Amino acid sequence: MELLLVLGLPIAGSVALAVAGARRHAPEISAGASLATLLAAALLAVREVRSGPLLLWHEQFFVDSFNIFLVLLTAFVGFTTATFSRSYMRAEQLHRKLSARRLRLYHSMFQLFMGAMLTALLTNNMGLLWVAMEAATLSTVLLVSLYKTKASLEAAWKYFILCGVGIAQALFGTILLYSAAARILGHEGMSALLWTHLYAVRAGLEPAVVGLAFAFLLVGYGTKVGLAPLHNWLPDAHSEGPAPVSAVLSGLLLNVALYAVIRAKTLATGSIGPLLPGRALMAFGLLSAVLGSLFLWRQRDIKRLFGYSSIEHMGLITFAFGIGGPIANFAALLHMTAHSLTKSSIFFTAGDAAQTAGTQQMEEIRGLVRTSPALGWGLLLGSLAILGMPPFGVFASEFLILTTTMREHPWAAPVLLLVLALAFAGIFSKVQPMAFGENFAPQPPRPHALTPVYVHLALVLTLGIYIPPVLAGWYHAAAQLIG
Amino acid sequence: MLKSHFVIELLKLLAAGMLLISFAMLSTRRIQRLITLYMWQGAILFLSTALVAYDAGLTELYFSAALTLLLKVIALPFILNWLVRRLGAQRENERLAHIPATMLAGLLLVILAFGLAQPISVLAATIMRHTIGIALAVILLSFLTMIMRRKAIAQVIGFLAMENGLFFAAASATYGMPMVIELGIALDLLVAVFILGIFFFQIREQFDSLDLHHLESLKEE
Repeated sequence: MELLLVLGLPIAGSVALAVAGARRHAPEISAGASLATLLAAALLAVREVRSGPLLLWHEQFFVDSFNIFLVLLTAFVGFTTATFSRSYMRAEQLHRKLSARRLRLYHSMFQLFMGAMLTALLTNNMGLLWVAMEAATLSTVLLVSLYKTKASLEAAWKYFILCGVGIAQALFGTILLYSAAARILGHEGMSALLWTHLYAVRAGLEPAVVGLAFAFLLVGYGTKVGLAPLHNWLPDAHSEGPAPVSAVLSGLLLNVALYAVIRAKTLATGSIGPLLPGRALMAFGLLSAVLGSLFLWRQRDIKRLFGYSSIEHMGLITFAFGIGGPIANFAALLHMTAHSLTKSSIFFTAGDAAQTAGTQQMEEIRGLVRTSPALGWGLLLGSLAILGMPPFGVFASEFLILTTTMREHPWAAPVLLLVLALAFAGIFSKVQPMAFGENFAPQPPRPHALTPVYVHLALVLTLGIYIPPVLAGWYHAAAQLIG
Repeated sequence: MLKSHFVIELLKLLAAGMLLISFAMLSTRRIQRLITLYMWQGAILFLSTALVAYDAGLTELYFSAALTLLLKVIALPFILNWLVRRLGAQRENERLAHIPATMLAGLLLVILAFGLAQPISVLAATIMRHTIGIALAVILLSFLTMIMRRKAIAQVIGFLAMENGLFFAAASATYGMPMVIELGIALDLLVAVFILGIFFFQIREQFDSLDLHHLESLKEE
């Protein structure tokens, strides 16, 4: 029942918003649907805590410690983003002359996107996972090109083609895995596509085929994670779409794609041993982190800057999963949560700042702390949090990743330190003048709706100081599961 | 037994045709010719899926073949042709540079594909196991087509041809994917083409052309 609500509410919301047309209260309806989804997800979580992992609907869906916290996170960020969209999109409508039809498209597609991501997280079926991931891509393509400017069309085209090709690779990987598993589990029903069944027989799967399948899945879903060198779409899509879309792309979509990669990695580890999948993840992760932190320096557009920061962080998380073992996995899961909350709050403030200044060029955004203190401090605190300043949650996870790296792969520790230093200097030197610089063209004061930003930051702060036992229990169990 | 042998030979022939079409796609200049080739590729996919279904006596696979016929031989080429006419792009030829070099790269990709497919085809129990290499080659060649093209529609056809290769692989490596999943994939494909259609018009409106070299301004300074 809870599952039906979690999956059905966003999709029903999407249909309702598409049919209802451009009503004045569309943003409220959207936020309401997201709130209801969040409550349903919370109920599902309560059920998971009470009775352990669940298999639902003829085993087609499942809930375990790895996906339940991501479901909660996704539903939560979806809700805060929908509330943020209310004021943000109304202002955009005035500034950018968005038609009512475009707004209808926005709200409807946003809910569809949420539904697709929740399906991808909760399904036990690899094939359905693929369909849901593709649906998530398709629903956001038109959101990236919402403003119909030349740059946004280009970004959306790149996003569609690159992710389309990537996801085709993932489909090939899925087919290969299915062919290997069908030899053991048979073609009857969909047994050979179910993660739980695949895990049960993973030791008996043909290693050569599983290895090849994992390579295709890693490259395919890795494109959506934004792993270098497949990351080209990410900065463009983040900078050209509306800020709430950047927030959910960075905060949620990347996580969900990474989730798919890690499920595949767990399977491959059981079949061909931990060495090859682990090393592959470490290589992709390290390369992404290094490239992300280097490209940060050259950015002038505020949302592009944080897009590259997302590549860097996804690289760190992938690297940690590559190391494997209970501690590194725990750190990676914590980092997924903290990064998602922090980065979406940053995109809220970045979007608001760009709206206030009338441009996304960082050189022209100045003195936010003086002109609109809540906004300036929000951006500054968010940036400090993402840069791993204690006591925010990102610090805790980065610290864990670093110490594990020093113990297990000491050669990589200097590289990681360099990445963190580069990212710190790169982002802080750009954010500092935006917060404190001299503003020569004072903007008229305008209302901000920054509650979601501070809620997110408070949560990240909490994660850095105290991880609730329920959450820690999920992390530990998931870290064991991933292996 | 004799029946099965005949079927295998026929399937090999169809697979060879599939590969040839992929090469033809690589070198065709005319957009409409490209759509026709895509249609033929779909037809071959339909025939081979139906043959495997006949040989293995699988009802599910017949549905899959019917889906291919409906979507890839009839619906998508029709939509694409309609789009080309609406956009007035029939006459738009593409200047393809380095055709011989592209062909050579294509040949190398085929060799690579056969090398990669070796371990899988040894294992696959289906009668189409010889064709997995070809399926992978079709995927890689379509990828190359996408890279070499500058026109938006041509890139999309490359993308769709890649999807054909994937279905061919699914039929070769195992007896196709479960029905529900194939339906899901088909739905995604249809929505993708629909969205792209909207997109073409938007690109046209903004750039007065479907040439993608206009779409190269977002770069790192």
